[in-house]
Amino acid sequence: MPMNSTSSVFLARSDLQLLIDRLAEQGFEVIGPTISQAAIVYDRIHSVSELPQGWTDRQAPGEYRLERREDDQLFGYVVGPHSWKRYLFPPLTTLTTADLTTNGWQMRAADDNPPKYAFLGVRACELAAIRVQDKVFLEGAYVDPTYQRRRQNAFIVAVNCTQAASTCFCTSMETGPRCRSGFDLALTELPDGFEVEVGTPAGEALLLQLPTTPIAEQQLTDAEQRRQQAVDQITRKMDTEGIRDLLLTQLNHPRWEEVGQRCLSCTNCTMVCPTCFCSSVEEVADLEGQHSERERRWDSCFNLDFSYVSGGPVRRDIRSRYRQWLTHKLASWIDQFGSSGCVGCGRCITWCPVGIDITEEVAALREVGHDNK
Amino acid sequence: MSAEPKPKIGVFKFASCDGCQLSLLAAEDELLTVAGKIDIAYFLEATSHIDAGPYDIALVEGSITTPSDALRIRDIRQRSKYLITIGACATAGGIQALRNWADHDEFVRAVYARPEYIETLATSTPIAEHVPVDFELRGCPINRHQLVEVIVSLVAGRRPKTPSHSVCLDCKRRGTVCITVAQGVPCLGPVTQSGCGAICPAYDRGCYGCFGPAKQCNTGSLSQQLLADGTPAPELVQLLRNYNGYAPEFRYESERLAGLNSEVIS
Amino acid sequence: MTTNKTNASGEPGGVSPRTMSENIVRGLTPSGSPAGQVVAEPWGYHTVRIHEITPEVADVATYHLGFDDSAVAVAYRFQPGQFNMLYLPGFGEVPISLSADPRSSTTWAHTVRAVGNVTQKLASSKVGDTLGLRGPFGSGWPLHTAEGHDVVIVAGGLGIAPLRPAIYELLRQKNRFRSLTLLYGSRTPETILFEHELPEWSQRGMTVQLTVDRADAAWSGSVGVVTLLLDRLSLNDPQQTSVFMCGPEVMMRFVGKSALARGIPESQLWLSMERNMQCAIGLCGHCQLGPTFICKDGPVYRHDHLAPFLNVEGL
Repeated sequence: MPMNSTSSVFLARSDLQLLIDRLAEQGFEVIGPTISQAAIVYDRIHSVSELPQGWTDRQAPGEYRLERREDDQLFGYVVGPHSWKRYLFPPLTTLTTADLTTNGWQMRAADDNPPKYAFLGVRACELAAIRVQDKVFLEGAYVDPTYQRRRQNAFIVAVNCTQAASTCFCTSMETGPRCRSGFDLALTELPDGFEVEVGTPAGEALLLQLPTTPIAEQQLTDAEQRRQQAVDQITRKMDTEGIRDLLLTQLNHPRWEEVGQRCLSCTNCTMVCPTCFCSSVEEVADLEGQHSERERRWDSCFNLDFSYVSGGPVRRDIRSRYRQWLTHKLASWIDQFGSSGCVGCGRCITWCPVGIDITEEVAALREVGHDNK
Repeated sequence: MSAEPKPKIGVFKFASCDGCQLSLLAAEDELLTVAGKIDIAYFLEATSHIDAGPYDIALVEGSITTPSDALRIRDIRQRSKYLITIGACATAGGIQALRNWADHDEFVRAVYARPEYIETLATSTPIAEHVPVDFELRGCPINRHQLVEVIVSLVAGRRPKTPSHSVCLDCKRRGTVCITVAQGVPCLGPVTQSGCGAICPAYDRGCYGCFGPAKQCNTGSLSQQLLADGTPAPELVQLLRNYNGYAPEFRYESERLAGLNSEVIS
Repeated sequence: MTTNKTNASGEPGGVSPRTMSENIVRGLTPSGSPAGQVVAEPWGYHTVRIHEITPEVADVATYHLGFDDSAVAVAYRFQPGQFNMLYLPGFGEVPISLSADPRSSTTWAHTVRAVGNVTQKLASSKVGDTLGLRGPFGSGWPLHTAEGHDVVIVAGGLGIAPLRPAIYELLRQKNRFRSLTLLYGSRTPETILFEHELPEWSQRGMTVQLTVDRADAAWSGSVGVVTLLLDRLSLNDPQQTSVFMCGPEVMMRFVGKSALARGIPESQLWLSMERNMQCAIGLCGHCQLGPTFICKDGPVYRHDHLAPFLNVEGL
């Protein structure tokens, strides 16, 4: 169901810079899509000119290519190798510090004063991913202070997709492509500007500072058609019917062995996944033995040492590590956090160096290979 | 603590470029901090002072390429409590292990005016093929911080922490875009052990595998994919036969590919 | 920071099945273990000091830790079966079960085998040394579920450590249970932990049976795995018997099978699991087993809640 469109307004393309400027004036560090290393990544931006104007992406399993568009759209692509988790759940965080004093070791929380982030260009699947990580880091018995400090101040400008990649399957996961909630403002790009929808009072307050105009009926229709184009372009599907029980009762399916032969166990899928949250906590000590820190780093269930206990690693082969990732993402996540851990963004498919396709694996696992009793 | 005898460290060189020993010298700032806790007993690159041992820790750089090397490493092993190999030469045979796939006698004849004076082995082999090794520090060259970690750990009495995961994890932590997926550049990152900080892909260069095979790496699957994506087998063989080409996981795959290639040719 | 693992339904948190939504089937482990309680600074350490070290057997010692801050000491409570994260700056952090009386109020005991960097450093520590402590974490032994039952404790090796606080509590409330039995398996007679306390436990009304994998000349007791003791144990009424077990995973798998074969209901079998734990608060992902986080949903589980995942290799 489309939102009540009467609440939306029109922002001219030439005034998008003002949106960035107002955010910057309010103390936000604006992060948005920009080109680096032949891909669209999320980095600090100050100007509309840093957006990937006139570029698009072509994606397939194990392949990503930037290509020129025929028009000069600013948001004419889908999602790239980065996700917003890099800002909300940084790859490296110092959690605590310890100092040896005359009174023994004294520990305290590490200083952490993150910037106020404004995210520009958040897609529907990414809003869903942020929602998933909110559940993980903020809504359980324990709140993660690092995530909380970054998340609570974040301002989100979403962008509705007007096209899809071959790897997208957000419609199967019911996360997109339409942005429905979780944003302060949401844009739909039109040839000469944007349809802007308001999601929160903070978004509305910002919008009041911009030279918007009432939106014409024709523009609304155009925006809706462009959004529908994204829906129509999605071809990849994942059947999620009964998926939790399916996967947790197929733990000895021969497919795990088969995919284990192809999987590099290189961790790429978990790193690009916008919901994967595993980390290791390591000790970083000075040489004198006077000062030490607990440092949290992104980690992955694909690492052999990840499951290490005193008797050795529990998951000793790639087969069992792939199984852990897939069953966690699509099945046990539901038990743990009340929703799937997959938002259908397709990053794990595109960025797997050998192009392993999660939707294809699920389809194969549905074919009951043998009795699992 | 101060009453305890300081661990004696010896640094020994075999066939190598000295780069790993230089890493040790480059770590002087860090090592000065622990200098009071260790005794450098043998380190020809740094001091002419020679202590015949025995040593608590032997740091061994270089591979075994001559008959006398093979004897000398046994002698060092006997005089050392812990033997730690440092660098790709010592842990995998180094770049000079390329001779293991070539005609060694022909090389000697081509390079030296008087080949009869040259006494070398037909192969360059890692230290662990000759004597038991307690810990291997990978890299070409080794990472200074990892070396400090090893020395400080030994002084403190703990096992050194050197991660065994792939370079990919480091690329992603630092925000580097995968150059294989985005640019079609062949890269050994998915099968190579972390340690360098994932430098090359950040400069749009494929990983050369300087830190050797990652734990349980799936080299076969990667090379299948690179072949399918259009990298010719001889190029892949060259990619695998680099500083760590003789490490088993890389060696088997390059030999498989080389065989594949000769079948195609014949 | 008391993490009371009992939720509103009276079942230990983390194991009560519940329905979540239409496409979500029975969840084994709803998150949010301490009911309704949110801990804002889960990484906060307390400085603790080693007050006493009791050498137990080779490589194993009990460290009696006291809080530097007396207000923390007064407020600190734990349930038998729970664990703390012990932090030795410069070396790292390890999860260690509390191993002595839950009603202690001055020092808290942790029985530790020196196997890794952190525990070996702890083994070289002295009385008066300080370290960091976070906790308690995880679920405890739900002793109240065994009221009126014959209670059988099955321990393997160091697995007796997290059971010891339960033993103290059971002995203290002995009248609420029909009988108390400890079946304890050790590798050799030399590695029997808390051996000096066993006579006292017997004297206070607990039947204690020992077995060793390898006997020496002086050993006159049972030889073989601890499962054999359970196989031979005469049960008054299996339906009214509760089993609490901790030991190597393979041991618990066999004890579970044996108990089920003897007719003990699966809902009365409880076990304590071990996995790699780095955060203790369900956020680092390392300790997952099937749908559960062992650090916050466990380590103590009802057998039937883990059974589908216990026999799958490499899960």
